[in-house]
Formats: sequence, C-alpha cells, structure tokens
Amino acid sequence: MNSIINGPQAFNFSNLPSSWQARQKVAWEKYQKISMPHRKDEDWRFANIQSIQLNSYQYGTATSESEKEEILKQSQVPFPTAARLVFSNDERVACDLTNSDLKKKGVIITTLLEAVKNHSSLIENYFLKQRVALGSEKFTALHETFCRSGSVIYVPAGVEVQQPIVIFQWLSGKNQSVFPHTIVVTEANSKVTVLEICQSTEELPGFVCSYNDLVAKEGSHLTYVCAQRWSEKVLAFHMGATTVERDAYAKTLMVNFGTAFSRNENRSRLTAPGAQSEMLAMSLAHENQEFDQRTLQDHLAPNAWSDLLYKNSLNHGAKSIFQGLIRVEPGAKQTDAYQTNRNLLLSGEAEADSMPGLEILNDDVKCSHGATTGQVEEELLFYMQARGIPENQAKHLLVVGFLEEVVARLNEPEIASYLHTLIEEKFERSEKIVWQKKAVSNSPASKTEVDVKALQGAV
Amino acid sequence: MSEKPVLEIERETGNFHYPERHQYDAGIGLDEQTIHYICDVKKDPEWVRDFRLKALQTFQSKPLPTHWASHDLDNIHFEKIRYYLAAGQQPKRSWEEVPDDIKKTFERLGIPEKERKFLAGVEAQFDSEAAYSNVKEELAKEGVIFVGSTEGLHKHPEIFRKWFGKVIPTGDNKFSALNSAVFSGGSFIYVPPGVKVKHPLQAYFRINAENFGQFERTLIIADEGAEVTYMEGCTAPKFETATLHSAVVELVALRGAKIQYITVQNWSSNVFNLVTKRALAQEEAEVKWIDCNIGSRLTMKYPGVVLKGRKARGEVLSIALASDGQHQDTGAKMIHGADETTSNIISKSISIGTGRASYRGLVYIPQHLKGCKNNTECDALLINTESRTDTYPAIVVRGQGNSVQHEASVSKVSAEQIFYMQQRGLSEAQAMSLSVNGFVNDLVNQFPLEYSVELKRLIDLEMEGSVG
Repeated sequence: MNSIINGPQAFNFSNLPSSWQARQKVAWEKYQKISMPHRKDEDWRFANIQSIQLNSYQYGTATSESEKEEILKQSQVPFPTAARLVFSNDERVACDLTNSDLKKKGVIITTLLEAVKNHSSLIENYFLKQRVALGSEKFTALHETFCRSGSVIYVPAGVEVQQPIVIFQWLSGKNQSVFPHTIVVTEANSKVTVLEICQSTEELPGFVCSYNDLVAKEGSHLTYVCAQRWSEKVLAFHMGATTVERDAYAKTLMVNFGTAFSRNENRSRLTAPGAQSEMLAMSLAHENQEFDQRTLQDHLAPNAWSDLLYKNSLNHGAKSIFQGLIRVEPGAKQTDAYQTNRNLLLSGEAEADSMPGLEILNDDVKCSHGATTGQVEEELLFYMQARGIPENQAKHLLVVGFLEEVVARLNEPEIASYLHTLIEEKFERSEKIVWQKKAVSNSPASKTEVDVKALQGAV
Repeated sequence: MSEKPVLEIERETGNFHYPERHQYDAGIGLDEQTIHYICDVKKDPEWVRDFRLKALQTFQSKPLPTHWASHDLDNIHFEKIRYYLAAGQQPKRSWEEVPDDIKKTFERLGIPEKERKFLAGVEAQFDSEAAYSNVKEELAKEGVIFVGSTEGLHKHPEIFRKWFGKVIPTGDNKFSALNSAVFSGGSFIYVPPGVKVKHPLQAYFRINAENFGQFERTLIIADEGAEVTYMEGCTAPKFETATLHSAVVELVALRGAKIQYITVQNWSSNVFNLVTKRALAQEEAEVKWIDCNIGSRLTMKYPGVVLKGRKARGEVLSIALASDGQHQDTGAKMIHGADETTSNIISKSISIGTGRASYRGLVYIPQHLKGCKNNTECDALLINTESRTDTYPAIVVRGQGNSVQHEASVSKVSAEQIFYMQQRGLSEAQAMSLSVNGFVNDLVNQFPLEYSVELKRLIDLEMEGSVG
C-alpha cells in the first residue's frame, strides 16, 4: 500500500469528476512547495513537531461490509436527530434523513461527492473559500489533495431544523488516513445544530486531516460541535473556518478526548455589524497526549461580539498549547471581544502553554483576555475528603465541575448530556492507566540547561 | 487643538547638541579592526579582546529576529553606524573638571542638581564614555563601588569578571552579541553584604553625535542582604538619521538582596532602542524593574528576572507611551528556576495617534518546581482611531502546586468621563490628560517622587493635541 506522501497519483481517484482530480493535483503541487513547520515558526511555538511523521499513513482502504454493519450499529446517539450521516475511511456508509419534511423545505443534507455532482454551486461558493491560515497551510493543501468525502448541510432562509444533525466519522484499520470536509451554510434567519462525532474502530495509529467551512448568514443561528475521540494513537489536524454575517450567531465547540497529537485551528470571521461568535473548547487529556489549539477571532466589521472559552484538564504527562488572537481591524469600532483560556494540571508532569494575544487597531473597543493555569486546590480536596469522598472521586468531581462551564454554555441539553457520558468514559480510561513517568533529571546541570534554553531567542 | 498646554514645560528639553570634538573615533562600520581599535583605545585586557571578537562573530552569524519582531529592524544600517566616539577623557570625580560642553549638556538636563538634592551618586555618559562619575563619600567608605564599566573592569576585575556576561550570554540575541562586541560605558555597581543604599544611584545617558550607536554595559551586584536603587535616564537630540542604542544590563541579587532598577527612557523619535535587561535573583532576593518608555522610534525591551533561588521574587512594572510613528515593543520575562518563587508583572500602555504599543512576555515554570506563582496584568489605552495595541504573552507551566494568571484588557478613554469633566469646566485636553494620568496612577505612585512628577508632566506633554 502506498503512503500518502506519494501524492494523489498513487491512488485511484478515477471515480471523482475530472475537475476535482485537477484540483487535487494543483493542491498537491502547493503542498510540496510549502515547507514542513519548524519549531521556530511562531505559529508552531511549543508544539511537538517531531510527532508529525506522515510516511506510514495509507489511504483508501475500503471497509468490509461486516465492519460497516458494526459501524452502523455503533453510530447512535441517545436523542432524536434530524439526520444521520456515517462515514468510514472517507467512504459513505449511511446518509439517513429522519425528518422528510426538511427536504420539502429545501434543506440539503448530503455527502460531499453528491454535492459535487448535484449541488455544484454550494461547492463553488463555499468549499475552502475561507482559509484558517494559522500555521497549517501545508496541511490544508494536503486536505485538498485527498479530500473526497464529507458532509454538506444547507439550510434555506427562514427554516429552522429543530433536531440536531449528527455526523459520524470513523477511522478503521491500522495506519489509515481520512480527510473529511464539512460544509454548513445557514441562509438568512435559519437555524441548525450539527454534531460531528469522530472515532476509531480500534486502538490503532491513524491520520486525520479535516476541514470545516461554516457560514452563518444574516440573522441565522448555527451551532457546530465536534467531539473527537479518535484512537489515542492517532495524529490529527482539525481546521475550521467560520464566517458570521450581519446579526447572525455562530457557536462552535471542539471537544478533545482522543489522539496522541492533535492540532486544532479555528478562525471566526465577523464580517458585518451585529455578528456574534462564541468559540468553545474543552479537553480532557492524559498520558502523553498533546492538544495544540490555535484560534483567531477576526473582527472585520463594527459592532460585533465574540467570546472564546477554552478549558483544558491535563493529567499525567499531557500537554496543551493555546495560542489565541483577537484581531480588531481598523474599521471595526464598537467591538466587544473576549478570550479565556483556563488550564487545570492534575499532575506535576502535565504542561500547559498559553499564548493569549490581542491585536487591536481601533480605539473604540472593549477587548480583554485572560489565562490561568493551576492545580486542583488542596483545600477543596480536603473539604470533600472530610465529607467521605475518596481523593480520586473528589478530583473527578472537581474536573467535571471545571469542564461544566463549557458544556453549559452550549445550551443544548441533549448534546450536553451525551458529552457528559463521553467525559465519564474518558475518566474510566484514565483510571485504568498505570502512568509511567517519563525520566526527568533534576540534576543542577539539567536545570541550568532548561534556564538557558528558556532565556534565548528574544532581545 | 488650540488649547493652551496643561502644564508649561519645554517640549524640546533634550533636543540640542554641541559640535563634536572627539579624540577617538572608530570610524563608520563594524569589523575586526573596529574591535581592535576599541580594545587599544580602552586598553582592554586580552580576555576582553577575545570576548569582543567572539561576540562579533556571533553578531555577524545571527539573523535579525524579524520572524516575530517589527520589520522596522531592517531599516537599521549597521554599516553606516559609528561604534565608538570618545573625547579621550577619564570620568571626572568633580563636576568642575567636566569639559564645558558636556557640563552644559547635563546641566540643561538637570543632572548635577538632582544629585545635590537626593541622589547617592551619579554617573553621566556622553556618547561612548562616562564623563562624570561620583558616589557620595559615606557610601564609598562602606565599600559601595559606583563607576563606569570600563573603570570597573580595570580596577575591580575580581568582582567584575565573575559576573560579567553570566546573566545574559553573548549569543542571547543579535543585539546582546553586538553590545558584547563593542560595549563601552555603562555603570558598574557593587554593594557589599548588608549595605543598604538609602538614596538612589543615578546614571544619565546622552547621545550627542549623529549616526552614532551607544552600547553601554551595566552590571549591578548586590551582595547578600544588600539593597540598592538605580535610576537611569536617556536622551538624544533629534538628528536627520536614525540612531542606535543597544545596551545590555545585568543585575545580580545575591541571597536576600534587593535591587530596584528604574528607567525613564525619553530618546528622541529616531532612536532604535534595542536593549537586553535581565536579573538573577538568588534565594529570597528581590528584583524590581520599573520601566518607563516614552521616547524612541522603536523600543524592544523585555526586562527579565531569572528566579534562581528559593523564595526569590521578581517584579516588572512598566509604562509605555507610544505617540505618532512610535512602536513601543516592551514586556517582561520571568524565568522561575527554584521552588516557591513568585513574580508579578504589571504593564500599562497608552497609544496615541498612529502609535503602537505591544506587550510581549514570557512566564516559564519548569517541571521540577513547586509552589511558584505568577500574576500578570496588561492594560492598554487607545486614544485615537489609528492607534494600535498588541499583547503576545507566552506562559509555560508545569510542576506541582504552581499557578499562573494572566489578564489583559484594551479600552478607550470613556466618553462619559470626558463629558463629566468638561461639564465641570475642564478643557477636553485637560480632561483627557487627567484620565490618562488616572490610568497609570497606581503604577506611577511606585516611582520615587521626583520621577513620578516628571512622568506625569511627560504624559501631559504627550497628550497635547492628541485629542480629536
């Protein structure tokens, strides 16, 4: 089997339209021209670049029928849905429209390939039209090279989709890779909630390079939740661009449970007055998992509001990186923008790196950011232990409480309840882990080395 | 604004210069010959010559930090700069002995007057070398050394060499390498164990020559339990061409010592002010940087403290005022290197007209530490629609029981507040000035009285005509 680093010519894309194949070739050329990220790149500061090795990942292994059956059985959520789309290794397994009224109202819920054939204007207008560009341009080109699967959701003006649309992305087999793409467009005064659940069939290595294009048009309401619980051996890139137009409201939530290393890039563009964007994320990490999160709240128009809340709970030797930026363009007066990153360290080996940023080019604004990193408070633990709650259980409750702020902000009770289940599952996994500490030298020599390294670089 | 200024102060205080009569001039540009020339003139020992030559290689091999910094750095023409200019004088101990031109320069700036009033000692640097250096007799008797760095290196090599270049390695960045290659002037201070210098020591840095680069090197050592406050002020006249100021300042606070380092930088608007400042704090020592940046075209300065000993404490309080065409790229670094170390950063910036103020910071707590704390607060005030402010902190936290918090906010002067004050008879400019002074008030109050008054007046001046 060929590696993805051999490019699209090594794979059989003959079932795709010729224009799509041409696009893939151009993207591949672009990919080859962009150099691999370097630790000295500001956008990759603190990231474990060495873990990004693509040689072993393959593409396009079909899922067997029996596996598909099993996947369909597993692709369930405990609440009613408007539609369900299921993919395995970038192949469509199911696309069920539960509510047939939606079709009558003009709602389009389909796969990317179907949209290429039947709704070409949607692809032309929205596919990769907005770039995230927060450091992963090379991987955006790689995504475009291999992308042939994903979901397209289009809600016409004035239509409200009452129940969530759920998308399942599965990674099946060893060293497989997927490049799913999601497009969600809400026309004027419409409303939709989309939940994407990403998981692996087995605890095997794999590669994910996904991209979202979300567009909330005038007065519409768009909620998008991605719960990633890929195998903890997976390397993943999740990139998302959201455009929020006049008086529209977009809310995104990125939930990080799986992967060994994942890079999340999210950009929210507020393009007209009255636009509102809420960017949420929560991570529960253990062992040596690393979550690298980069965000941009891009205020291009006046009188817009954005608020970001990213919370990370880190156990064992897990690491989180948060680099966020609020950028207010010169004309974007009366901007209200806020950004909060909170990190909870559950062990001495865990690491949180935080780089909250502001670039304000207009004086008439209210902008602030805050970042905190700390441990579980000893007094709180003592209080709970004094009331008969064992230490582990107490820590568990405190972490759930810590993350609850994010879940509550989602304001979707059924999805919130589902996320609570996933949080509990992750805790169960954590509790089973016998954590092997990495060798850490505390010799004076190594301390000096650390200091000098930290000191170098800037004036 | 046609308003009369709020306070009658000579705006052009520092904007004058005297004809150059330099006996020593290393010429234009930098190569090994320049280094040898400086070493010969200054009668440097061989180890210093080697140190400078190695630093020159480092400087030549290091790229400019343009991947994150302002591209204005590209406008520095290193080949057009004069790296050493001196009249050939030894620093004078008595004010009467100082050459007239130099004396007049510092008298116009009020330096000897300040010394008489409340300072414990003064050093005044004119271009590359100290022109005047004096410490009050009673302090000298207690063993306090306060001289120029050249004198320190010759007369007190046993203390100087032990710490020189140890807090800031030559290769730390391109400008520390440049300074290490061509350094001249600056202060050397040693405070013996237990000696508490009650009044501040002051140095004044003056650039008089065009196309000149000033590269002073300051080393302050407070021995165990000692205390010292040091203040520096900087000015230059406004020339047609850009001028470079690239200092290296190293502070060493040994066990239980306290150092307070105050800077009021008011370089003219064509000076590139690229300075590396860092302190080493041993067990229970305390270092406080008070940093006030008003002048210059581009300032890049991030004072730092390496908290090397248990319970050491570091603090950076900074105010930046970025007026039209200025970029104040300032911040702080706190490198925690021992348990229970604490640090505090408070940064306030004001951007006026097309001015840009940036905060860039680093808080670093590695894994082997416990019980460390940091608090960072950055507030920015924007005065005009074209003003700009940025905040780029980096926070790395590991270890047991460590906690860090960072907060930043950006706002404008409240229209209601201005209206309220105008209703009570203040002009718009006065109201604005009062608001801005209120914004920085809690920080300015921590300055010695004379400086806080001066700073408030400077803010008033900068606010003139900035409204509307």
